[in-house]
Amino acid sequence: MQISLFITCYNDTLFPDTGKAVVRVLERLGHRVDFNPAQTCCGQMHWNTGYTREAVPIIRHFLEVYRDTETICIPSSSCVAMIRDHYPKAALESGEARFVEEVEALLPRVFEFSELLVKHLRVEDTGSAFPHKVTYHASCHSLRSLQLGDIPIRLLRNVRGLELRPLEDVDRCCGFGGTFAIKNADVSSAMLEEKLQSVVKSGAEVCTAVDNSCLMHLFGGLHRQGLPVRTAHLAEILACTSEGASL
Amino acid sequence: MTLSFPEAAREHLRDDQLRRNVRHATDVIRHKRDGVVAEREDWQQLREAGSAIRSHVLENLDGYLIQFEQACSAAGGQVHWARDAAEANRVVLEILTRHEIREVIKVKSMTTEEIGLNAVLGSEGISAVETDLAELIVQLGHDAPSHIVVPALHKNRKQIRELFLREMHLDQLGETAEDLTAAARAWLRERFLKARAAISGANFLVAETGGVVIVESEGNGRMCLTLPPLLITIGGIEKVIPRLQDLEVFLQTLPRSATGERMNPYNSLWTGTTGADGPREFHVILLDNGRSRILADAEGRQTLKCIRCGACQNVCPVYRQTGGHAYGSVYGGPIGAILTPQLHSLEGGASLPYASSLCGACYEVCPVKIDIPEVLIHLRSEIVRKQQQTFTGALGAWNLGMQAAARIFASGERVQTAQKVARTGQWPLVGASGTIESLPFLLSGWTQSRDLAPIPQESFRAWWARRSRVES
Repeated sequence: MQISLFITCYNDTLFPDTGKAVVRVLERLGHRVDFNPAQTCCGQMHWNTGYTREAVPIIRHFLEVYRDTETICIPSSSCVAMIRDHYPKAALESGEARFVEEVEALLPRVFEFSELLVKHLRVEDTGSAFPHKVTYHASCHSLRSLQLGDIPIRLLRNVRGLELRPLEDVDRCCGFGGTFAIKNADVSSAMLEEKLQSVVKSGAEVCTAVDNSCLMHLFGGLHRQGLPVRTAHLAEILACTSEGASL
Repeated sequence: MTLSFPEAAREHLRDDQLRRNVRHATDVIRHKRDGVVAEREDWQQLREAGSAIRSHVLENLDGYLIQFEQACSAAGGQVHWARDAAEANRVVLEILTRHEIREVIKVKSMTTEEIGLNAVLGSEGISAVETDLAELIVQLGHDAPSHIVVPALHKNRKQIRELFLREMHLDQLGETAEDLTAAARAWLRERFLKARAAISGANFLVAETGGVVIVESEGNGRMCLTLPPLLITIGGIEKVIPRLQDLEVFLQTLPRSATGERMNPYNSLWTGTTGADGPREFHVILLDNGRSRILADAEGRQTLKCIRCGACQNVCPVYRQTGGHAYGSVYGGPIGAILTPQLHSLEGGASLPYASSLCGACYEVCPVKIDIPEVLIHLRSEIVRKQQQTFTGALGAWNLGMQAAARIFASGERVQTAQKVARTGQWPLVGASGTIESLPFLLSGWTQSRDLAPIPQESFRAWWARRSRVES
């Protein structure tokens, strides 16, 4: 299958290894990946911070870049949530029939990475190997907007050597929330502190998620406190095989 | 000048006892709620039905309010309309003064908290006695409610015991919950029996019959509603529901969402006066106080669907850390973050719509499906538009940063250039540990508790371009 990657602006800049891992996993499963360098951002940061008017040209740009694609893979559930939950509203408010139609045509082609594997490509065993204790942090958007349920867990269970450790209060936000982490830094930090305690308590060596935004937040706290837990996007774990590829 | 949410939150985050109390109490209620909600296979249909009824009411509010007024009046009640808090308080004062009432007993009511009724009555020499245990605790402590349903949730048993000893002038008092409730019972019983007037809020106003509904757990409400000869009810105009039959939905969803009970211990429903039993004189004050303005806003309107169950407060990870007082209003938590700024036309409450990580837990539990995150974003965009119209707002760091980012996101080439600039510019910030431990200006909030890995040498797009060149 031909799969068009939307890497997302922050993965592109801050987490290129996640993108490489997505490409590796999809190609290993026999798919062709393309990447249009005209892509930028989904508009989430602007939209969620209240700059909804400024988000609209970014949304239009996204539509233009992905107009002629078949299947779009996005390794970030919050960006997928932005597209599914807010693009229709942005289009509707514009009053342009063409904008609305384009969004309607886009939505069925957009998939979060783990969702693409399990629901669309019907793959649960990616032939991966990762002999470590791993805990899974369910990001709010993956849980409540995308309703991913146990999809990422099913992928992790099929990874050779991986020991899955449960995370208590898995449905509670880590406190990132985009610009919330800066505008309400004290509350965000208090929320992070509680989440870090759960992560440490899980006994995992690696904390994974389908959103690098949460993981960047968790990494920030873990590193500051010198806690011995690494963070890695789900794709980076699935990219590892017994033939030697590792984090 | 009230504190902004981040400022108030900073104060409350220092109070470890408060935070322990809030976490414990919300955990208990949340788990009870989850249990009784899981029993209902039709929970999602109940939410859907509740949402549909409340939306229908809001679309036809004018008609239902007039229907309520006519039915209530026909049954012997007297209906008053109050444009704002001052008008509502004035009506209450006039009624009480006419009857020469000096002491009035109260059923727990967030609406009367909203309009500051007790203080107004106090200044006229009328004492208002809160009879709900938690409200009594708040009142005796000269405190403010921190939760819609459990107003004294921020206090633990030990703190309440000390308060009772001091304020009730007791010589001794045991330490168990039974001891404390027994003390409150003895204190309140005297007041119930001599009261000549009572004031209540309203959970629902039934348009069809003119009836008023109050649900509660302690029986104090039932006594207030039946013992004194004079009863005054104050309800927001949005509290009306069309038919008695609609209670079928809300009397299932409200107790399960609010206190984790299948049914409230006391469900009082009365219509006007009977002459034989209960109050001889009954007044209903329909309060607007900003609600019709919210109704006029198509996107904010769903806020008025709220039935004040407080479930959103119990699941909110932000409320969990700060408690309710940080929200600077009787309505704290997620519902407060959208209701308070709208009631006050965004004046003074401009930081509240940002008091959320948009995690969506509130929307998930809301029994009338208020999409709180959506309303938060709507209010944020209103705030941004207002700020952009001011000189300082337009030239503020947030606006300039967001405008710059929007221009960068216009093309892939611009993103690539920005990545290069950021990568070069970051080096003075990278510390000895190889991470960024201190960011300047706006971004400093991040590094107060979090490090940041530096931007890698090669972006994904650069890697892809290099790989494509190698392959071709």
